[in-house]
Formats: sequence, structure tokens, C-alpha cells
Amino acid sequence: MDSLREDQAMADVKAGISADTVATVGGLEADKYKFGFTTDIEQEFAPRGLTTDTVRFISAKKDEPQWMLDWRLAAFERWQNLDEPDWAMLDFPAIDYQDAIYYAAPKAKKTVKSLDEIDPEILETFKKLGIPIREQEVLLGVEGAPKVAVDAVFDSVSVATTFREELKKAGVIFCPISEALRDYPELVRQYLGSVVPVSDNFFATLNSAVFSDGSFVYVPPGVRCPMELSTYFRMNAQGTGQFERTLIIADKGAYVSYLEGCTAPMRDENQLHAAVVELVALEDAEIKYSTVQNWWPGDKDGKGGIYNFVTKRGDCRGARARISWTQVETGSAITWKYPSCVLRGDDSVGEFYSVAVTNGRQQADTGTKMIHLGRNTRSRVISKGISAGQGQNTYRGLVSAHAKARGARNFTQCDSLLIGSACGAHTFPYIEARTPHAQFEHEATTTRLSDDQLFYCRSRGIGEEDAVALLVNGFVREVLQHLPMEFAAEAQKLLAVSLEGSVG
Amino acid sequence: MLEIKNLSVGIAAEAGVEGRSILSGLDLSVPKGEVHAIMGPNGAGKSTLSYVLAGRDGYEVTGGEALLDGSDLLALSPEERAAKGLFLSFQYPLELPGVAALTFVRAALNSQRRTRGEDEMKAPEFLKKSREVAARLKIDPEMLKRGVNVGFSGGEKKRMEIFQLLMLEPSMIILDETDSGLDIDALRIVAEGVNALRSPDRAMLVITHYQRLLDHIRPDRVHVLANGRIIASGGPELALRLEAEGYDGVLAEAA
Repeated sequence: MDSLREDQAMADVKAGISADTVATVGGLEADKYKFGFTTDIEQEFAPRGLTTDTVRFISAKKDEPQWMLDWRLAAFERWQNLDEPDWAMLDFPAIDYQDAIYYAAPKAKKTVKSLDEIDPEILETFKKLGIPIREQEVLLGVEGAPKVAVDAVFDSVSVATTFREELKKAGVIFCPISEALRDYPELVRQYLGSVVPVSDNFFATLNSAVFSDGSFVYVPPGVRCPMELSTYFRMNAQGTGQFERTLIIADKGAYVSYLEGCTAPMRDENQLHAAVVELVALEDAEIKYSTVQNWWPGDKDGKGGIYNFVTKRGDCRGARARISWTQVETGSAITWKYPSCVLRGDDSVGEFYSVAVTNGRQQADTGTKMIHLGRNTRSRVISKGISAGQGQNTYRGLVSAHAKARGARNFTQCDSLLIGSACGAHTFPYIEARTPHAQFEHEATTTRLSDDQLFYCRSRGIGEEDAVALLVNGFVREVLQHLPMEFAAEAQKLLAVSLEGSVG
Repeated sequence: MLEIKNLSVGIAAEAGVEGRSILSGLDLSVPKGEVHAIMGPNGAGKSTLSYVLAGRDGYEVTGGEALLDGSDLLALSPEERAAKGLFLSFQYPLELPGVAALTFVRAALNSQRRTRGEDEMKAPEFLKKSREVAARLKIDPEMLKRGVNVGFSGGEKKRMEIFQLLMLEPSMIILDETDSGLDIDALRIVAEGVNALRSPDRAMLVITHYQRLLDHIRPDRVHVLANGRIIASGGPELALRLEAEGYDGVLAEAA
């Protein structure tokens, strides 16, 4: 009963949000990408290019232990013998990996002890991004307002992590991974690379060699993390790549919800983003990982924009573990991303909820892998692809059941929405069952946003752009309901802005 | 009031499709406070008239004009027409998956209000009103939380149109074959809803095939649309005559 009532309350609020969103869309400025500013701060760079010296430079900057440097160097050696994958439905000019900068950091004034010591320019940047980074602002907020602990990564380094004291009381570790390497080396060493091995793929191997920062989360047994954890990634410096590494561990019976947000300034050249995210959920643990990705998508002619090559994987390592990925992908020129779940523990559950938008010349090849290894493992995939302009949107998914995965079940639903006639939607579902005792279902639909639907909305007084936003929000509602409340509204606004000018 | 003068409308020729004329020199005037009915045989141009007035794409106005309270209706976008008080109850209402009916109507209402420079309706007031209207139309409140018209029967869709009508309270109402798909009870409920909106500052145009709707929504004037124009006009008794004799007699007289 309670959950029913809750669902209803949720639905009511969501309905309210979409109406409000539509209301605000009209007021948005023509300048569609509001995060396209750069911050003028003193920065420290690694020399352009990628050699063992670059790897040593980054490791030395971080004061890393020898084993970490060795790990990086081994990855770099392997990477040099790898070829960039070309199987995705993506078309982009060759990337010159020697023409990028692999480390950029705001010049630090010693160790930062409190927010007051952070470069005011950076704080200003986060203010523009609307990030509730200042603890006091959140604390002074409305009573009962949800608290969100934020780790902010600016180019290659983490500049601020909030609420650490409060989290510490609960036993939760939330800090930049560079600090975790210093303060909790055994934990990091035990889990780093255990989900996405160094050898996993070209971009993951590159990341292993040159990652400079990212977030680390450890939730001890039986602890329910008392607030949402969030990391905001911001690429600022010109010609840099961002290679963050995130590692989240939920020990037995623990729970954590984590949100990642991304923005970048508008630049003429393409910037490379190759992150690795590893999630480990032990017995009875649950991790919810949500992403609102809004990297600069490039201009309308396809100039500039972020190349987003990301490896995200979660491992349900114990029985009854749950991992849920929710992603809203509106930005980037190129998106190559397949957040996956390895369902190792018996009765473990993996979920993937995705909204991917391509407009202008954006290309996205995204989906998930659900690898059923344990008995009675269950997975659910809901993917909503929206293509507008000349955007190309590909869903690529793998559902597989190991011979021992008796009773494995998957439900996959892939819906594509086309706006206009120059865009494309593609679906590549791969299904492999090595046991006859698995049950896999796949549903797929492709619809075009119809002129009649638009006219119907307009005849009721709703302007064309708002009508598109309303219909698109309807299309993605099922996915947005899985986002934490405070981010669902943000995601709706983003969708509306990303699709401005896509009709008419 | 609505004034249509010498309106001619066609479909432009497209690849493979020949252009043709649908309305040719249609004159019609619906003063405030009155309810007019348009009847006519299939293919006479009844739905084209309603679509052209609401601003649907795909038609070419080749002559004449349509004025709503003196302003040039045909120069406005569909959403501007709605904000000016025009409402079309669709013959075939569209389905909007995932867009809850309440969300939709609230977006419409507030969008119209903003266009007119009025304040938006606050959520509590809106919810109260929607509950009242739903109860009057015997609409299950749960239906308002589902996607607009998704999985609704023909009759439910028509009732949802009237729900929108009563929520938006437009001043110029066009009902395009609202009676089709309705059983007798639903017809009575819908007609009661529409009749409640009759007022000295509102005009209505009821497009229908059958007399039975006009038993419930009594028109002040009845017009016969055939071959793209109004060929006969009269009082309510004209509808009764058409019901009894069919269109042939009226058509022969007009020829």
C-alpha cells in the first residue's frame, strides 16, 4: 500500500515537473549550450603528447605508491600495442593521441583544507553550473531539503568534496581517488581494475595509464549511505583530455546512490573524454548510478565537441546484489558507452535505464551488457533513443546467460523516436543464451514524432517547441522516474534545450 | 464572433497527388451567444472547415477570410488561435504516450494564459477544477494520470475532448462529430457538459451527421454544407427535415 501511495505521489510530482519544465523552456535563451564558458585560471599542464614520461609525470604529481606507477606503466605498454576499436556506428576523423594534453590542473596553493582556499574563479564556475558545492548553502537551505555530497573534478583534479565529515560518521568514504590511494591504499588496490581490467579495451587501457582523478566511494557493511553522492566533471583547459576513474564499493548489505554530471566549454577542436567507472556490489548490496551527461556537443556543423569514450561496468559480486544504471545522454559529439552489469551472485539484479539524444551532427552508439553468470539472476533494460537534426542514434546491447545461469531472466525494451527526416535510429541487440533455462524478452519500437500530434498540442495553445518538449518528456518518462528527484527536473530541462529548433 | 467570408480552400498538388478544391466561396457567421450546426453529406468539406479554422498544415487558402472577434484568424499560428479562444474538439483525438492528461491540460491552459498576458493558474486551483470537471463528465480521475487518450475507447477519447473544453473555457467552440463513438448515456453527459458552457459571450459551431446530437445541444441555426459551400440555412427544423428526407431534397432545391 505504502509503495503504491509513494508511486502515486511520485507520479504527481513528476507530472508537475514536466508542466513546469515546459513553462521554463520558453524562457530559455537562444544560446543553447549555457555551459559554454571557460574559466580563466592559472593552470599547470603536462607536456603535450603521451609517453612513459607523461605517465610518470602524472603519477609523480599524485605522489602515488610504486605499485600504482607500475600498474600505469604496464597499462601504457599494453595500450601501445592496441588498435582503436572501429566496430561502433560512429564516424569521426582519426584521433591524434600525441596531440593532446593528459594532465591539466588548477595551480594549487598547497593543500586545500576548506572551500575558502579554493580559487574563487573555480567556485564561480561551479556556481554558474548550478552545483550546490558550498556546504553552508545546502545546510542553510530549506529544512528537510535533500543533502547531496559533491565531489567536483576540474579538468584533471578533484577540487572539492563536500559533507565529508558527516559521511565519515556513517563510515562512508567519499573522496578523490588520488586521496584514496594515499589514505586507503589497500582498499583501492583490492578493487581497482577488478571490474574493468587494464586489458579490457583500448580506451580503458588508456585510462588506466593516464587517469588523473575521479571519485572513490566505499560504503561499509550494512550501511545505507545517508545522502546522494554526486560528482561533477568539468573540462576546461584547451586541448586536454579528461580521464577520470571512479571506483564505488558497496560492502555487504550496503546501499548508495551516486550521480555524475558533466559539462565542458565550447571549443573549436574536439576534446577527448575516456573515463572508467567500476562498481562493486557485494552480497545484498545495492548501487544506483545515475548520469546526466551534457558535454559540449559541437556546433550545428559538427565542429568541436567532446569525444566521449567511456567504460562503465558494475559487478554484482555477491548473492542478491543490485546495480542500476540510469543515464541521460544529451551532449558530446561522439558517445561510445555501454554501462554494463556482471550478474555473478545468485539472485542478483541488473538494470539499465537510458535516454540518449542526438541532434545536429551528434552521434551516439550506446547501450548495455547484461552478463548473467549466477542462478536466477534478473536484468531489465529500458532504452529510449531520440534522434533529431542529422543525429545518428544507435542502441547496442548484449544479454548473455552463462551455462550455469539457470533461471536467468531479461526484459529489454528499446524505443526510438525520430524528429525530422534527416536523422537515424539503429538497434543492435545481441542475445546469447548458453542455457535452455533462461528467459529473454526483447521489444523494440521506432516512431516518428507526428505532425498530427504536434498540431493537436498546438491547437490547445501549446507552442511548437513546448509541444516537442512535452511529447519527448512523455516518451522518456519511464526512464526519468529512475533518476533521483532533484535531477529529474534538470534532465527534463536539458532534453528540452537539446532539442530546441529540431522541428519547423 | 466568427465570420467566414467567401472562403476557398484546396489541397496543393504534391508529387503524385493532384491538387483539388474543397471549399469554394463559403460564407458563415456565428454570432456570440449562438449555437450553429453544420450538417452535410460525406466529403462535403466539414472536417476541412474545422481544420482550416484551427490552423492545421496541408491546406491552401485560395481566397476569402475568417475573422474571430474581428481579427484575421488565418494569419495566426494554431497556438495563437487557441489563446484567442478558439477550440476544436477533434473528430479523431490524437494519442500522446507518456503525457499525462492533467499535465497536458495544465500546460495548455497556462500557455494560453501566458500568451494573453494573464497569470498562470496555480496548481491547487487547477487540481480542484479538474476534479470537479472530471466528476461532472464521470471521468475516472485515474484516467487523467495516464497518457492522453492512450488505450482509450472512442467514447472515452471524446469525453477527454470535452474535459479539455471545460477546463480551457474557450469562447469559440467547434465540435467536429463529437457524437460519433458515443453511446446514449455518454452522449447525454457530453451534451450536458457542452450546454453548461452556453453563454451570451460564447459561440459554438457543431459539425455533425446526425440529428440526435442536436436533440441534446439545441442549435439556433442549422446550415447545410455541400460541394464546398453553405447551400441552405434555417432554424432547428431544417435538421429535422434532413433527418427525415436525407440531403437529396435540399441539394435539388439548391441546384
